[in-house]
Amino acid sequence: MSGARENIFPTRMALTNTKLRLKGAQTGHSLLAKKRDALTTRFRAILRKVDEAKRKMGRVMQLASFSLAEVTYATGDISYLVQEQAKTATFRVKARQENVSGVVLPTFEVDRVAGTDFNLTGLGRGGQQVLKSKEVYAKAVETLVELASLQTAFMILDEVIRATNRRVNAIEHVVIPRLENTIKYIMSELDEMDREEFFRLKKVQGKKKRDAQAEDARRAAIAAEADDEEDSAPAFEPPEPTDTNSDLLSSKDADVIF
Amino acid sequence: MSTQSFKDRNLLAVIGDEDTITGMLLAGIGQIGDHGKKNFLVVDTKTQVSTIEASFEEFTERNDIAILLINQHIAEKIRPTVDKYSQAFPALLEIPSKDHPYDPAKDSILKRVQKLFGE
Repeated sequence: MSGARENIFPTRMALTNTKLRLKGAQTGHSLLAKKRDALTTRFRAILRKVDEAKRKMGRVMQLASFSLAEVTYATGDISYLVQEQAKTATFRVKARQENVSGVVLPTFEVDRVAGTDFNLTGLGRGGQQVLKSKEVYAKAVETLVELASLQTAFMILDEVIRATNRRVNAIEHVVIPRLENTIKYIMSELDEMDREEFFRLKKVQGKKKRDAQAEDARRAAIAAEADDEEDSAPAFEPPEPTDTNSDLLSSKDADVIF
Repeated sequence: MSTQSFKDRNLLAVIGDEDTITGMLLAGIGQIGDHGKKNFLVVDTKTQVSTIEASFEEFTERNDIAILLINQHIAEKIRPTVDKYSQAFPALLEIPSKDHPYDPAKDSILKRVQKLFGE
């Protein structure tokens, strides 16, 4: 029952507001939990793919290295030539975006432009090997690009899932209990005020009654005295008792408010 | 990680040994910009670690690079920097080289994958 609660004045309006906020927090919690589940499903699929693709990459790169070795064997060392001839990238990537429950995931796509680089490489000998090696490496890089998009998605999803988890937990363990505590506090405070008010009214009523009785007694005593005097002189003022009587009634009416 | 940030990233960058670079360049990823700014770095036995780190920083900070490829044995040399790197862009990929077969246990991403699977 005790615990963190909001610093709020316990009124009926605050109670209504807090109840509304609690409802909002609960809705938000369930929505976020749904989002988290959707992301986690996606994440698990990607995780498996990343693992697979990384292993595939090992094989593909081995193949590519082998084809380069063939080139070196046939042509001699071409690395210097190739490095000097590189000018503009003909093998580029394009980024596309995909939306998973409000999270933007980029995916890379291979974008190859026909280029004229290295056209003369291997002109003397080994041209076929160079061409083959080019193709093999292009394939390898395609695999790498695919892997890179998976990996990027993996990183982003990991980050987002963590943030979502934090928010879900924060709502579940901090916000909702605090609002519940606030509601309990306001209720108990209002009840307490009710009881106090009731007690006060009782007290007032009791006091009023006592006063009225005292007044009654006093009036009765006066009336008795008057009666005594009346006994000694009965025929003097006959309407006086009725007069005092009506007087008594009216005074009582004016005093007692309920 | 805004939507615009990866629109104009369309290059690949490589840090690797001579053979890897040659292969990648044959595939056509080489781009030499103004002032001879290359998107690849050839690392041999004489290359200083500080040079590798400097180009790693440069490639990760350039905003036209979408994917950064680095040979695993070179990544091993600057492992702390690589492990610290956590940006989504450019995507960092550790690739095997001819002389150094691929070891999944060393890959910083695969380490995380394994950890997540293990739990």
